[in-house]
Amino acid sequence: MKIKTLASAIALTSATLIAFPSLAADTIKVGVLHSLSGTMAISETTLKDTVLMMVEEQNKKGGLLGKKLEAVVVDPASNWPLFAEKARELLTEEEVDVIFGCWTSVSRKSVLPVIEELNGLMFYPVQYEGEESSKNVFYTGAAPNQQAIPAVNYLKDELEVERWVLAGTDYVYPRTTNKILEAYLKDMGVAEEDIMINYTPFGHSDWQSIVSDIKKFGSAGKKTAVVSTINGDANVPFYKELGNQGISSEDIPVVAFSVGEEELSGLDTAPLVGHLAAWNYFQSVETDENEEFITQWQAFTGNPDRVTNDPMEATFIGFNMWANAVTEAGTTDVDAVEQAMIGQETPNLTGGTAVMNKNHHLSKPVLIGEIQDDGQFETVWETDGVVPGDAWSDFLPGSKDLIADWTDPLKCGNYNTETKMCSGQNY
Amino acid sequence: MKRILRLCLIGIFMALPTWLMAVETKNLLSELTQTKLSKMPAVLEQLEAQGDESLLPVFRAWLGGDLYYTRADSHLVVKTKVAGETVYMGVFSQEVDAELGSKQVRKIKVNNKLRGLLRGTIARLQLTSKQPELRESAVRELLADLDRDTFTTLEALYPQETHSSVQEMMQTALSLYTAKDPKQSQSARLAAIDYLSASLENDVRNGLVQLSQDGNAVIAAASNKALDRINQSVERYAFVDQLFFGLSLGSVLLLASIGLAITFGVMGVINMAHGEMIMLGAYTTYVVQLIMPNYIDYSIWVAIPAAFLVSGLMGVLIERLVICRLHGRPLETLLATFGISLILQQLVRTIFSPLNRQVSTPSWMSGSWEINPVLSLTLNRLYILAFALLVFIALVLILKKSSLGLNVRAVSQNRSMAKAMGVKTEWVDAMTFGLGSGIAGIAGVALSQLTNVGPNLGQAYIIDSFMVVVFGGVGNLLGALVAAFTLGIANKFLEPTTGAVLAAIFVLVFIILFIQKRPKGLFPQKGRAAE
Repeated sequence: MKIKTLASAIALTSATLIAFPSLAADTIKVGVLHSLSGTMAISETTLKDTVLMMVEEQNKKGGLLGKKLEAVVVDPASNWPLFAEKARELLTEEEVDVIFGCWTSVSRKSVLPVIEELNGLMFYPVQYEGEESSKNVFYTGAAPNQQAIPAVNYLKDELEVERWVLAGTDYVYPRTTNKILEAYLKDMGVAEEDIMINYTPFGHSDWQSIVSDIKKFGSAGKKTAVVSTINGDANVPFYKELGNQGISSEDIPVVAFSVGEEELSGLDTAPLVGHLAAWNYFQSVETDENEEFITQWQAFTGNPDRVTNDPMEATFIGFNMWANAVTEAGTTDVDAVEQAMIGQETPNLTGGTAVMNKNHHLSKPVLIGEIQDDGQFETVWETDGVVPGDAWSDFLPGSKDLIADWTDPLKCGNYNTETKMCSGQNY
Repeated sequence: MKRILRLCLIGIFMALPTWLMAVETKNLLSELTQTKLSKMPAVLEQLEAQGDESLLPVFRAWLGGDLYYTRADSHLVVKTKVAGETVYMGVFSQEVDAELGSKQVRKIKVNNKLRGLLRGTIARLQLTSKQPELRESAVRELLADLDRDTFTTLEALYPQETHSSVQEMMQTALSLYTAKDPKQSQSARLAAIDYLSASLENDVRNGLVQLSQDGNAVIAAASNKALDRINQSVERYAFVDQLFFGLSLGSVLLLASIGLAITFGVMGVINMAHGEMIMLGAYTTYVVQLIMPNYIDYSIWVAIPAAFLVSGLMGVLIERLVICRLHGRPLETLLATFGISLILQQLVRTIFSPLNRQVSTPSWMSGSWEINPVLSLTLNRLYILAFALLVFIALVLILKKSSLGLNVRAVSQNRSMAKAMGVKTEWVDAMTFGLGSGIAGIAGVALSQLTNVGPNLGQAYIIDSFMVVVFGGVGNLLGALVAAFTLGIANKFLEPTTGAVLAAIFVLVFIILFIQKRPKGLFPQKGRAAE
């Protein structure tokens, strides 16, 4: 009983602290919650630098609401529980007005309870498995229907693929995505025996028998493709083995969801040429906005060969939207900004405009590219117009009837259209 | 000088067809520089209809993604590397245009669909090539989509063919078409199917699968029988394939653990930094390749002794500075070496960045040895298997035949007695540890060809190494050999049924149960030395 009172008292004080952060500070604080050490440092340091660059650019334009922006960088060290602690530190001690952060789904899940308890605001810039919509988070990366589903459609319609290998690393994102894809493929009439699902541990390096299985699976007279949610550096030996066993991209194309320019810059792309990737952004897309962004980035990092990638664009869009929403709301108060965010429009780097929807997900174009020998992608297909992100997949039995809508009167992240109920849980 | 002369000669020779080339072909080629990717197949088709073998260099460069055109006057050039420098040369003239840089040219795009079409085009043009291997691969390429025209061409070419393997391939193609053609007589089709039943080509199998659904019951039955025969031999080869995978994984385990078998097995030091010695070896390979970027093919031969020295010296250093001071205190040694492993990882992160480094595979190690269409062994794994066995034999010889080996065995069996006999035990300890670490460095060179070279490379192999040494019996090199191959083969035979994750778990559970039964491993040490 006593503990409960104490807890609510703490919650109350922290809530009041968070409610008027701008009174205490004469700068607007931007929290950066990306791992700078450990296994995820490879990918996440780039995003930290992107936020710093955006803050610098905004300050050149005079900041926001007449105040300068100030970046607060912390290092959660690829340690999932530490993400929650660092998020708490950012919100209670540093009193930041917004957080840009997280990469892996497990880190996001660990931050969620903290950010909802303290009513913070976070932008999450990476493609993910969906099945989530929190009031306090804006998802600027792709949901499955903005990456996985269009990629499968491309393979089916353009390359006439009939047999499918779903290969992934053994954790939440590939498992959920593959569950959605499997249901989707079966809906389209693909038979059970034409789908092969395979999971491997993080950092798997001995791909011999799996690649040989794929080869065998692919020699049944039907066009076969691999949909890969293999994450991180396990991709390098995987593609190497494909090349060694003589499987070319014309025989069995591999479409990957986690391989971008940044990943390719560290490896010999010769055996990968012709394999595919699905993203919302490629560095090779020729638009004025993109050219300006690349020049800015290469100048900021002082490296004329630095590449850009999709999560960077997602960070770029998220930051610009947040800046616009703050200007529109005239305050950095989380609730006001959250409402102002919905309906925000910002130019994409690949042309067109990204729109923030009621479910806190973006409407973005989807691109499919072939890997070239210089480590860049050649766009071979793109959607007409933009695809709205779907928080709850239509292809999973549990989430078919759920929608997320953060405007009045629903204000719910998981509203069940069948039972007309909001399940009450916040995420 | 000679080379330049030769290049000139080739240039003149290659330039001849350009003068004779039809105006139409030239127009088509210039059209390539303007056409959108989706319209390219039509242009390619026209090019093939108009052109002849003289266009092969264009098609080959296009297929490889090396075909470019100049921004200034849209003429075609090929990107190549001369002495490590990227240069562009005329596609027909073969002359290097030194003035062209990457800013002055644009790439002619290519995608998977075009690559497929290009392969077909090249194959058709190569049917009359002078090299039998090219003719054979051309016919094989054509198996996938045989049509009336190809059939008649092949039929005309068949009597002139002198090379037996090309003849066989042609016969297969002709039979495949005959078997599928309902206009042929039933006996001809049956004979064709019978011929096909000895072929292992994937396209033949696909063709037979279609034929087994044929309306003609006799043909369908014959196809089914042929398929059964093919599947039987495919399964036999699949077994060989799997055995090779197991041996290959075993050789990796052997390489990773054999150094540990010395430091842990012979000296009794639990060296948690063993994985980092492997990592140092892999990074040495990377540095060697950085130093000699134009001689990647030979870099491995430099990297092997270099890695042995780097890791070996680091091993001696660790032994002298840390381990010898903790003699007889295994727990402290374990913690200290674990600390060293963290220090080494961070050191590498600071020097080389936390990102993985790219180690290139020498050309003689990439690709595979194709025994037949269903069985091909990847060359890098084959070399590493042989290399692991060589290292093992060398190590056994050192321990059994050299004076160092004698001293090592003496010290490991009875330290104080050896000391009393005048063996410098401290020196022997340092050398043994250096030897074990050096071997780990060599393992790193091999692993750099298979996996990512990054700061975490060592951690991925330390558990496996301990598993092999404990399973094989501490202090026994032969045990390590048997254990490594047993675990490798068991893992690879489990993997197809259980998946990679479960297979590893099963193997671990098996070892735990095995150790319960025989705590000293497969080959326990006997006699007083074991106490």
